[in-house]
Amino acid sequence: MGSLGSLRTRAVAAVAAVGALSLVVGCSSGDDSVTGGGKKDGKTVITMGMYGVMGIKETGLLEKYEKENPDVDIQAEIAGDEQTYYTALQTRLAAGKGLKDIQGIEIGRAKEITETQADKFADFSKTAGTDHFLPWKESQISTEDGKVLGLGTDIGPMAVCYRKDYFEQAGLPTDREEVAKLWAGDWKKYVEVGRTFKKDFKGDDVAYMDAASGLFNAMVYGYPEQYYNEQGDLIHETNPAVKEAWNLAADAGEEGLTAKLRQFQPGWDPGLANGTFATAVCPAWMLSHISEKAGEANKGKWDVARAPKGANWGGSFLGVIEQSPVKEEAKKLVAWLTAPEQQAHIFKEIGNIPSSEQALQSPDVKNAKSEYFSDAPIGQIFGAAAQEIPDKQVLGRKDGTIKDLFSQGLTLIEQGDSRDEAWKTTAERIEKAVG
Amino acid sequence: MATSTTKARTGEEPPGRTGAAGTARRRGALMHRLDVKGAPYVFVAPFFVVFAAFSFYPLVYTSWISLHDVELATLDVMEWVAFDNYVELWGDSRFWNALQNTITIGVISTVPQLMMALGLAHLLNYRMRASLFFRVASLVPYATSVAAAALVFTMIFERDFGMINWALGTVGIDPVNWEADKWPAQAAISTIVIWRWTGYNALLYLAAMQAIPADRYEAASLDGASRWQQFIHVTVPGIRSTIVFTIVLSTIGATQLFGEPLIFGQGPNGITGGADNQYQTLGLLLYEEGWKNYQMGRSATVAWAMFMLLVLAFVAQRLIKRLRSRTS
Repeated sequence: MGSLGSLRTRAVAAVAAVGALSLVVGCSSGDDSVTGGGKKDGKTVITMGMYGVMGIKETGLLEKYEKENPDVDIQAEIAGDEQTYYTALQTRLAAGKGLKDIQGIEIGRAKEITETQADKFADFSKTAGTDHFLPWKESQISTEDGKVLGLGTDIGPMAVCYRKDYFEQAGLPTDREEVAKLWAGDWKKYVEVGRTFKKDFKGDDVAYMDAASGLFNAMVYGYPEQYYNEQGDLIHETNPAVKEAWNLAADAGEEGLTAKLRQFQPGWDPGLANGTFATAVCPAWMLSHISEKAGEANKGKWDVARAPKGANWGGSFLGVIEQSPVKEEAKKLVAWLTAPEQQAHIFKEIGNIPSSEQALQSPDVKNAKSEYFSDAPIGQIFGAAAQEIPDKQVLGRKDGTIKDLFSQGLTLIEQGDSRDEAWKTTAERIEKAVG
Repeated sequence: MATSTTKARTGEEPPGRTGAAGTARRRGALMHRLDVKGAPYVFVAPFFVVFAAFSFYPLVYTSWISLHDVELATLDVMEWVAFDNYVELWGDSRFWNALQNTITIGVISTVPQLMMALGLAHLLNYRMRASLFFRVASLVPYATSVAAAALVFTMIFERDFGMINWALGTVGIDPVNWEADKWPAQAAISTIVIWRWTGYNALLYLAAMQAIPADRYEAASLDGASRWQQFIHVTVPGIRSTIVFTIVLSTIGATQLFGEPLIFGQGPNGITGGADNQYQTLGLLLYEEGWKNYQMGRSATVAWAMFMLLVLAFVAQRLIKRLRSRTS
């Protein structure tokens, strides 16, 4: 009995020890350690990581490519929120594990990627048939030594989306040409119209615009330099463009012209659905969000008018990871996805404006109308707005972070802080975030 | 076990005896002694191996990182800054703000939570119909994922179209800006915490209550004690150690409060705990430094500060206990 007992103890002890060891070792293996896809059962598996509504999966382009290339299997994963997506991407780049073959890159992160991660992305500078982009688009994702880390998807020219029915109730014109004339050339006039709206609107409580931060972004992105100068120094505190945008947005916030919402955050979507505000400064890619969240009930109530000034807010790239086992195939896929025809297709389906000059010139894009937005000729409106975007656009390493912090600073004003206090807080936060 | 102990004792050979049989026996005895004395260590080893890999090593590595200036994207580029990060944190108003929020949210979520759990456990302890159903039901919030719970509560507390503001409106109270104002936001977050953990603590109390011998209650009722007096004088003293245990657990939980406020704010506002940091906890500050600003060194410093705070809290608690027992 005794020896049997001790034998059992020993066996159990051995199993326990092995078990513990395998637990420790087990962590280092698993799916996340592999980068990208590979060849499986004679098929080339290409993995993709994207965020938001880039339109690539949503408009059926991936299936089309798979149909044309039967030996390719594409697995796309889409994160809702770009901030979450980018954080995960950073972690994986640092670890060198768990990456997809193709990764989406938002414009606010382009500079950081080109400065710190250039060696981890494949070079597109020698890829044939990629000379159809707007001149500034490609330079945003190029390193100093001429490496191109990705190809452009969409860009973000601006317009103003507005509710025709509310404008009528406020005694304002409703025709998109006349509406555009109200504020042509100056964002100050846009706020001025808001004051009239607030005074004359008859009906329930409806704010003129959704959020002060929307106006701020639209103004700031109309200048070649925003938070950094060309040398890469921070100029957010001294740049007159930033100060001007801040003051006008603060005016709007203090005077109660905004619905005090935060874009893309809780409250904004129900605000769209229930119509708590009359206008929103809208980059092209925002149209799909508005039509989806405002819903069928508001179809035809919205319209699009030209913005006072041109600006570029947002836009993305697709990059390929250097160590991907199917790098060449992935590059081929990216080149195809960003080719003029495909960009035009995405625009027609959901309204993301092409970054390809060739696609912008195509009749498909030029003549496009949006049924949801009262048949507005969005091809012409955004196409013209795209031409007004400054040819030079200086990006900075922490653009995305700084933009978020300014948005929060304006929220502080909407919540009752004085603008000086909010500015001071924002400056301190930026100092801490980027320092 | 008894057999092996006797065998171990008889296995002790008197010294001086030699011979082949003796050596074999001695070897057997050695193996046996190893078996008896060593086996427990092997049995507890898995925990310590896992502890070393997943708790101790990260702890040491975190402290190492906290002495450096290092960014998430370039973890291999580290710059030694000694205790600069700690000095900076000490002078950082965000840290004190986060600490204060952690304490206030911790208090307004833990105190009512444990009181309610005690009451709930007391009720569940009565003989009643479908008691199993109620016991299982009380555990359901705990089993719900924090993300799901927080999302639902976010909608309930929404400013313009949330249920609570709607309900307030029907009785003529102005809508409350739950997310933007400090105390409403903290109260809303505590509500999520309370909702999730009350049932869990109640079951712990219930288990302890059932171990109280029934004759104590009988004696108490013979003495004419009411239900309430029984609760105060029999139940609560009977489960005192469990109460202390839940307080410890809740304190640790409150220090690490993270998911609820993060999802309550959503997006960039969740990470900073509101536009004014009005509900940023230490956990969120850690996340903001590490995964929004990508400053791993500063993030690790916050992590260590949190750890030290917990240690301090327990040392203080011990001291108070010892002082008390000395004075009484």
